Amino acid sequence: MSEVLLVGIDCSECSERALDYAADWVGATGQGLIVAHVIQWSPFSFQTPQENEERHKRREAELERAHVEIVDPVVNRLRERGMNVQGVIRHGHPAETLCAVAAEFGATHIVVGKTGSSRIRAQLFGSVAHSLVQISKQPVTVVP
Amino acid sequence: MSYKKWGARVAPALALLVLSLPVWAEEGIDQRIDQAVKPLADAVAGFIFSSFTLSGVQVPFVLVWLLFAAAFFTLYFRFINFRAFRHGFQLVRGDYNDPLAAGEVTHFQALATALSGTVGLGNIAGVAVAVSLGGPGATFWMILAGLLGMSSKFAECTLGVKYRNEYTDGTISGGPMYYLSKGLAERSEKLRTFGKVLAVLFAVFCVGGSFGGGNMFQANQSFKQLVAVTGGDASWLADKGWLFGIVIASLVGLVIIGGIQGIARVTSKVVPLMGVLYVTAGLVIIGLHVQDIPTAFASIGAGAFTADGIAGGVVGVLIQGFKRAAFSNEAGIGSAAIAHSAVRTNRPVTEGFVALYEPFIDTVVVCTITALVIIVTGTWDPSVDPSQGVALTSAAFESTISWFPWVLTVAVVLFAFSTMISWSYYGLKAWTYLFGESLATDAVYKILFLVFVVAGSSMQLGSVIDFSDAMIFAMAFPNVLGIYFLLPTVKRELDEYWADYQAGRLRKFGRAAQRG
Repeated sequence: MSEVLLVGIDCSECSERALDYAADWVGATGQGLIVAHVIQWSPFSFQTPQENEERHKRREAELERAHVEIVDPVVNRLRERGMNVQGVIRHGHPAETLCAVAAEFGATHIVVGKTGSSRIRAQLFGSVAHSLVQISKQPVTVVP
Repeated sequence: MSYKKWGARVAPALALLVLSLPVWAEEGIDQRIDQAVKPLADAVAGFIFSSFTLSGVQVPFVLVWLLFAAAFFTLYFRFINFRAFRHGFQLVRGDYNDPLAAGEVTHFQALATALSGTVGLGNIAGVAVAVSLGGPGATFWMILAGLLGMSSKFAECTLGVKYRNEYTDGTISGGPMYYLSKGLAERSEKLRTFGKVLAVLFAVFCVGGSFGGGNMFQANQSFKQLVAVTGGDASWLADKGWLFGIVIASLVGLVIIGGIQGIARVTSKVVPLMGVLYVTAGLVIIGLHVQDIPTAFASIGAGAFTADGIAGGVVGVLIQGFKRAAFSNEAGIGSAAIAHSAVRTNRPVTEGFVALYEPFIDTVVVCTITALVIIVTGTWDPSVDPSQGVALTSAAFESTISWFPWVLTVAVVLFAFSTMISWSYYGLKAWTYLFGESLATDAVYKILFLVFVVAGSSMQLGSVIDFSDAMIFAMAFPNVLGIYFLLPTVKRELDEYWADYQAGRLRKFGRAAQRG
């Protein structure tokens, strides 16, 4: 049975290391790899009318930027190394969305970095890794 | 954003402020502004509120217009306000949010945005005025008007989504201007011009409303509360409404001209917090007076139908309750349709269901809590001066929680600020509908808006409240008239969707899907 690994990335150094770890793992075993980036978003936020009016446009821009700057370079780089990689971008709560993506693609394992872009925020409010370890249905590897 | 860009945006706003300072630095400027604007304000208000006499009470035509429409819609849609209540909640909670559309405007967000525009000083100051002039019985009629108004909101928000403009760059514009012009033309070619006329009328009144109830009234009442809590007549701020106006105008200006969404974003987080705090405090006070609750309800029930000693008898009580509900929840006015139209959905009627919660939360919950607090603390006073609206509510809370007036002041200023931001948007949409989109028309409207902020905090409440009410209610004429013609359209949408819903053809997501 071919297994699929999910790695969650943002722009931080830590997630670079998580990506390398996941790539090495997959490179050795020949599994499929899903590279996922989650754009932080909540369906329960309070916006101004102006923000609502422009939301669709902003969303497209956010997706575009995530593709061009974050996910596509990674996916292309890994594909050149001969791996079976797919890039995924979603909006939502990072940990919950990663779980949803894992369920959708049948991932058997999730890899994330320990901290994200802001270490202070991670200390005060908890990081994606913290939440993910609590709610994931698959094993989670946290790369420091 | 780079500092250069930031500076380029903020500089005009600041320049305006600085240049205007010498003009304002005079004594008695409050009275000057008031005298200048009062005749116009009174004339306009007198016209909009032309009334007939019923058992000795002046009944404004526009009130009958609104309430009849609300009752008619409730019956026409067979009590959709109750039938769709539960489903509306499911929609707001996100049970039907498509995961692939994550990142778009959700039902909850559209509702929250609209609510931050409607929950304002009307819920705090207006209710105090109603309960004082109409007695506790006014609460009953206010709740009734709130329940009936849910149907009006349902109709107008469904139409707002159905006939919105979706532009190629992805932005969305919706509201009565569009459903009156596009919707009526769709019903029949013969109605096309009529629809356009209604749309233009609505836009004109909406601009007026955005200067009045959405602006001057908010500035005025929040200033009054600030004065009251800093010492009343002895306060240093007592005759410096213009100064308060300038400060608020600068902050609003930073958001709407400077594009500094950061401030608006802060308010949009803090306002719901203040709302919860206000409601909690109200519930605490009501809880502490739990032994007075039966008497309170008795007086509400009795007062609604007997009205001893209230000017105008039962009709007077009724009018006060209806008037405050209509001004507070804006059902039938059409402004909410502008806010709700940005939601991401391909079934317009779903937003109608969501919009049911707006008058419910605004009137049946928040206004009623204010009324109950005033009644159980016994601070309602029929001889009170209507201009002391917010002061009365403040006194009611203060009688039980001595430090609450400070919290109330912060809440009042924040509610006023968020209402002003929302209404500046509604007014801008109406303005650009009339005059086209361009940097110049944008700027003219925004500067006018800020001028009215200053004027509002300087004027005496009497003229302000009449003008504010008048402009808001004037919007109801074209809006409701157009909705009457569009009722079959809404009914079609409703029936189609309801059939799908009953047959289980609608996809549920998330936890709701697991429940089946």
